[in-house]
Amino acid sequence: MSLSMKGDFTDNLGKIYGIYVGGFAAFVLLMALASMVGVPDRWILWAYMAATIGIYAFIGIMSRTAQVSEYYVAGRSVPAVYNGMATGADWMSGASFVGMAGTLFVLGYDGLAFVLGWTGGYVLVAVLLAPYLRKFGAYTVPDFLGTRYGGNAARLVGIIVLFACSFTYITAQVYASGIIASQFLGIDFGIAVFAGLAGILVCSMLGGMKAVTWTQVAQYIVLIVAYLLPAVWMSTVQTGVPLPQLMYGGALTQIAEYERILNVARTHVAPFQTYSPRDFFFLIFCLMVGTASLPHILMRFFTTPTVREARKSVGWSLFFIFLLYFTAPAYAAFSKFNLMGLFVNAEGYRLAFTAIPAWMLEWGSIAGHQLVTICGVKAESVMAIQAACEARGHVGGFPYSELRLNNDMIVLSTPSIAGMPIWVVGLVGAGGFAAALSTADGLLLAIANALSHDVYYKMIDPKADTKRRLLVAKILLVIVAIAAALLARTQPSDILSMVAWAFSIAAAGLFAPLVMGVWWKRTTNMGAILGMAAGFGVTMFYLVGNVYGMDLVPRSGDEISWFGVAAISSGIFGVPVAFIVTIVVSLVTPPPSPEMQDFVDRLRLPKGGNMMVQTH
Amino acid sequence: MSEKLPPEVAEAHWAKTRNLMWISLGIWAVFSFFIHMLVTVLNGVVIAGFPLGFYMAAQGSLIVFVVQIFWFAHRQNQIDEEFGVAED
Repeated sequence: MSLSMKGDFTDNLGKIYGIYVGGFAAFVLLMALASMVGVPDRWILWAYMAATIGIYAFIGIMSRTAQVSEYYVAGRSVPAVYNGMATGADWMSGASFVGMAGTLFVLGYDGLAFVLGWTGGYVLVAVLLAPYLRKFGAYTVPDFLGTRYGGNAARLVGIIVLFACSFTYITAQVYASGIIASQFLGIDFGIAVFAGLAGILVCSMLGGMKAVTWTQVAQYIVLIVAYLLPAVWMSTVQTGVPLPQLMYGGALTQIAEYERILNVARTHVAPFQTYSPRDFFFLIFCLMVGTASLPHILMRFFTTPTVREARKSVGWSLFFIFLLYFTAPAYAAFSKFNLMGLFVNAEGYRLAFTAIPAWMLEWGSIAGHQLVTICGVKAESVMAIQAACEARGHVGGFPYSELRLNNDMIVLSTPSIAGMPIWVVGLVGAGGFAAALSTADGLLLAIANALSHDVYYKMIDPKADTKRRLLVAKILLVIVAIAAALLARTQPSDILSMVAWAFSIAAAGLFAPLVMGVWWKRTTNMGAILGMAAGFGVTMFYLVGNVYGMDLVPRSGDEISWFGVAAISSGIFGVPVAFIVTIVVSLVTPPPSPEMQDFVDRLRLPKGGNMMVQTH
Repeated sequence: MSEKLPPEVAEAHWAKTRNLMWISLGIWAVFSFFIHMLVTVLNGVVIAGFPLGFYMAAQGSLIVFVVQIFWFAHRQNQIDEEFGVAED
């Protein structure tokens, strides 16, 4: 590459990513050509994986660093737009990419709680937190808590909450990357997990936040193209207009028509069929407040050059996230329309056993998962399906109501369902892999940085020199990554369902102390520490109690339930408790020192540069 | 910090900032919660195939959130400049 990296890297961003986008487009075209001239499908899928991991590794190695501020906050030189893209990739996990459209497909309107919950939280980030945390100039979220609330007690509680919400989350990302790699490369899951691990480490180990930032930008571009292309494809085929987000109204009308014909009781657009209105709004609240409290998201806003850029950057982040989330309902509608069409056009609205499409059997027969279920059995062979359906009185074919699709297969399988060529299938796989890797990188840094900066440097050895700090940071990063991979390898179903809890845990433990630390000068150390502990404690108690009960065995009859609130919304108890305890304890303890009040005053004014002067 | 801002200027700046915060949270609450409580009524209106209640949750509120953050960033910057506390 003749490109000079010697000049200021950030001055050349437009040029560098321009070349990258051009190269990526050329690669996709090459794959399209290759599939036309008859290159085997398997090779094309391998080429996608190899090329994308290769480019991430290249960026990761180019961005290696020996400077502490580059390692922790990318040298605070990331412009708002690029930080927005990186946050988008950081935010959209493997589950968002793979599962969101599927959830909407299955739940219809009620699934939109996730679309709303995972976007609206950015308003809270922009208004209440990001600019002030940026002004403060910390390296990590616990760093802010420790400084504002007088030392290691607050720091430690913050680290515990951070660990509780981030570790299960990263395990699920490694798991997702392993699943995608094993599906697309056709290798064993146990090995594929380590392919995912390698993909994560090449991006983060040498360059910390700096390397992760620039790979996340690259990963965002891959994942958004991979998400939009099939939706645009379906929209163009079905409506003639390549704007799925505007055109799926027609598909919604058709779906309603099909629902009448096929006698489907749960209609796609009618609200509150799965969740009660209360559950729906509780869920939105917990996801939004959780968004504004997740450390791996908040720390992305530490990397902008100024407070002003930090605010704008939240806007760009949400814009880039919005591009995927407002496409997901279109994706779901077009897929559902396609699928229902099979049944509407079949004789007697029953899909004949002889007409079962190949993709149902292919996805249905994947071992270890129930991705496609027909008449209550795993869709492995026509014979098995026919036997099960005939036992239920369906002769010759089966109705729409007997088909069940797993949420997680909708996005990955839609290209093959809609008859798109292999180069699109490979692209979607690469997109899902990028989504899982980028989120895993962000989480890994959040955990490892809290351990190396807060636990090691601030609590254990404040005299450690730069070289030693970076070495410790890198070693901890590898240890955390390997621990997550080993745990993911055991396919822990419990861990995977715990991911949704991360939002409630973060909301209950971190939202109150962060917001009050900026917005209420009177908040005292004791108030914040007890508030954090109480919010976190109540939510954890309810989560564990609701799902497992006091004997820690699920469904043994001793589970608790307060007003019937679902575990995923348990933050609804913790958030108010954290605020109330913080306020009450603060009022009965002596006000913070004049120095601390002065500190908060300075936090509120953008002028004057970083408050926390980091020693290098 | 070289010069310290007179307390009354800092106070006025923060009062305006706090005001903007409450307005922003008000807009946020309307488009996060209240408007979706009317979904059944709104679904009676269908535009280009989209029932309005569904549309608001799938797209309308999201657009409001994006625009709202850019508007907020712009407003807050104006406030900072008005009181001379913006970054140079």
